[in-house]
Amino acid sequence: MAPLEERPSMAEVKAPAPRPLSPHLQIYRWSWTMAMSVAHRITAVALYGGIALFAIWLVALASGPDAFETVQELFGSPLGILVLFGYTGILIHHLLGGVRHLVWDFGHGMEPQVRTNMARFTLIGSVTLTLLIWIAAFVLR
Amino acid sequence: MVDNRYDTTRTMRTPLARAKGLGAAGHGAEHWWLHRMTAVSNVPLIVAFVIIVASLAGTNYQGAVSIVSHPLVAIILILAVISVTNHMRLGMQIIIEDYVHDKGWKIAALIANNFYAVVIAVACLFGIVKVGLGRVL
Repeated sequence: MAPLEERPSMAEVKAPAPRPLSPHLQIYRWSWTMAMSVAHRITAVALYGGIALFAIWLVALASGPDAFETVQELFGSPLGILVLFGYTGILIHHLLGGVRHLVWDFGHGMEPQVRTNMARFTLIGSVTLTLLIWIAAFVLR
Repeated sequence: MVDNRYDTTRTMRTPLARAKGLGAAGHGAEHWWLHRMTAVSNVPLIVAFVIIVASLAGTNYQGAVSIVSHPLVAIILILAVISVTNHMRLGMQIIIEDYVHDKGWKIAALIANNFYAVVIAVACLFGIVKVGLGRVL
């Protein structure tokens, strides 16, 4: 046995071979299901922040006419309408994506063509529904 | 958490803990289940929410108060706020646990997430209840 001072200390002991890591996002070819899965999470974060707008609107309504008019003017401005339009689209996208994931949770719609079509429908359906909602809101007013 | 190891006889876990299947955190599938349950309740509530908000577009103060204070609208909005704030709290927790690895930041983010969800819920509920209770049909 080597003298004590020549033995490797605990810190110098060779580390075990690095374990294989699972490849990250950029390795994969983009597919509809992957894109819509990523979009589902991004829309979730946007909705998470955006719900503060509804809280502000409700608190303003509860505060009285002056506060309400201020907030309503803000939401009625071109930028406000753009944000609300975007928020509607994001909300509907997340809603349809959520239903898609619930269907998958029950083990249905896992076949290659079906799952791709379901992911496609999330995008097409959310754009269509968002436009219909805004058209309806303007027409019925 | 299902214990699906090859040899379950060699385990530190007690048979009772294994039978309960609640895992190391002691919560089992509670988070997952509540996330899915609120997802299901969100669907009809968000559809109603979109219709309510669309009907509020461009209304003045009196119009908005009369819509939000209607018992049916107020109850739907309250249910939606409870369901949505819980769903978003659980969802953001998953995102934080996926991406924030530093222990200190993770704990801070998880606390902030819970605070934010509660603040949003209380602000919304206060607004709905205050406007709603002022109305007598």
